[in-house]
Amino acid sequence: MTNAVAIAAPTGSTRKAGNYVYVASIVLLCAWVIVPLYFLFINTLSSPEAVNSFPKSFIPEFDLGSLTFFAGFNGMLTALKNSVLVAGMTMVLSIVIGAPAGYALSRFDFRGKEVFRMLVLLTRAFPLPLLALPLAVLFIRTGLDDTAFGLALVHTTLAIPFAVLITFSLFSGIPVELEEAAWTLGCTRFTAFTKVILPLILPGITASAIFAFVISWNEVFAAAVLTIENRTLPAFLLQTLGEAPLHLKFAGGFILVVPALIFIFAVRKYLFAMWGIANR
Amino acid sequence: MAEIQIKNVAKKFGTYQALHDINLTVADQEFMVLLGASGCGKTTLLRIVAGLETATTGEIWIGGRRVDHLAPKDRGIAMVFQNYAVFPHLTVFENIGFGLRMQKLPNDEVKRRVERTATLMHIEQLLKRYSGELSGGQRQRVAVARALAMEPDVILMDEPLSNLDALLRLEMRAELKGVLAESKTTTIYVTHDQVEAMSLADRISVMHQGRIVQAATPIEVYRNPAAEFVASFIGNPPMNFLTAIPAGDGKWSVAGQLVDGPRTEKAALQFAIRPEDLRPADQGLTATAKVVEPLGAHLLVTCEVDGSSFRAVLDSDLTVRPGDKLTLAPQPDRVRWFDPETTLAIA
Repeated sequence: MTNAVAIAAPTGSTRKAGNYVYVASIVLLCAWVIVPLYFLFINTLSSPEAVNSFPKSFIPEFDLGSLTFFAGFNGMLTALKNSVLVAGMTMVLSIVIGAPAGYALSRFDFRGKEVFRMLVLLTRAFPLPLLALPLAVLFIRTGLDDTAFGLALVHTTLAIPFAVLITFSLFSGIPVELEEAAWTLGCTRFTAFTKVILPLILPGITASAIFAFVISWNEVFAAAVLTIENRTLPAFLLQTLGEAPLHLKFAGGFILVVPALIFIFAVRKYLFAMWGIANR
Repeated sequence: MAEIQIKNVAKKFGTYQALHDINLTVADQEFMVLLGASGCGKTTLLRIVAGLETATTGEIWIGGRRVDHLAPKDRGIAMVFQNYAVFPHLTVFENIGFGLRMQKLPNDEVKRRVERTATLMHIEQLLKRYSGELSGGQRQRVAVARALAMEPDVILMDEPLSNLDALLRLEMRAELKGVLAESKTTTIYVTHDQVEAMSLADRISVMHQGRIVQAATPIEVYRNPAAEFVASFIGNPPMNFLTAIPAGDGKWSVAGQLVDGPRTEKAALQFAIRPEDLRPADQGLTATAKVVEPLGAHLLVTCEVDGSSFRAVLDSDLTVRPGDKLTLAPQPDRVRWFDPETTLAIA
């Protein structure tokens, strides 16, 4: 942050002052995100002694000890596999259920449309801890407890409001005339959707799918309550790292954060497209 | 052969009656223009013919086949939309060929038809582009080419030129007329622009408040408007109206002047005359000039006759100044009469 002062040496004019504030804000915002990630990165790649020592070095030691420990850690790979499985199912389910709802909201007028939109959002109004006990009981009765699918169902419920609202705005951004033109050119409602609408909203759908994936990936409460053997990564780490030494906590956090970061980074173009798709 | 018959079509949106009992027959290869102000129901009627909207009651027949229960794709129509609706994810070639591909035509047939219609619309050099790389006029050409490539019996056009700038609109108008006459399709064309309607149409259907007020050739609509609405909607500047009171024996008193009129028992009539059918003369309506606008070819004089506003299009050689008294003689065979109660024309 010290370099910000050097960049915007003020010359007295208000424009320069505005510039200074602008650059400073950007640096601050970036630091807000990057500094903790950087510390996570350094501490993950440091030996246990370096992690616990003070003052800190700003250059990582590239000690892979903590990470190798995790790679060999019992149950680690299973938890990772479970996480990917649950997040993958959440992604598919929330799009398969959410996208048609978004389409209906944007294209059809029906009674209670506004109420329906409110209700979709309201599913997020109940705190998960409140629902955990009845859910656990219900899952045990139906045999869904401790399964990836059961957990994916809960995560889908959490992700669906976003899926519905994002796809709703995506569909609304596409002029109805495009669809109508397709109908007059020989399409049914379904083929018009697959040949015209789908290609246009695919970037947005991808973005909202990734969003659902990340929601599931990061969710820890339901995962901890509803699974025992088939834990997802966050639940597994929460359980095992509670009493673990500091350097392992850092390494665990790193393992949790990095895949989500890479995923978001890979589809960042589509995440921007989510708000600017409209009509190319 | 594709005659379009619209039989007793009505449309309600909730409690709002958008169309009242519409009956209209468009002959094979006829160019029919639906003309009216916005909200008069013309686009709704077009969309009902296309199958994008369902009529509350009534029937649509195309080429002797009842189609109002069919999906748009099964009606043998093609449509051109106001905002072009060119698919942004496809090239111009694939846009024009879209309908042909849906019909599963062989590749060489698609190519042949796309190239032919593209040449017709002068866009053959744009076939590889995307709609984002086209101007409004070019997109409009793609939209028309896409409709023509279908070789449909019926082309429906919803204000296709209204998003273009004035010069381009003039150019496209002439071109459309030529291309559509050539293609031998039946056309229904919706517009709110009376000049467009006059220049393109074989027949114009003037619509007002969900009804067709008059369906006739452009010159008939202009010369013999069937109702006061048509008279005041068509023509720029619009027709002049003055109240006439009976003076007995088929004579009517208009602003103090006696004019020959219809023999009826009505207590009052509307006397109507187009601004260009007035000549300065010794005998006629006494007018006080208020505003004088020289338009090059003509002089548009807004004046006051008997307390109401009145326009005359006069020869530009005349010298008229605001405040001048004029005596304007209406050309007798161009005078029209309307019943003030029904607003309909009196023969």
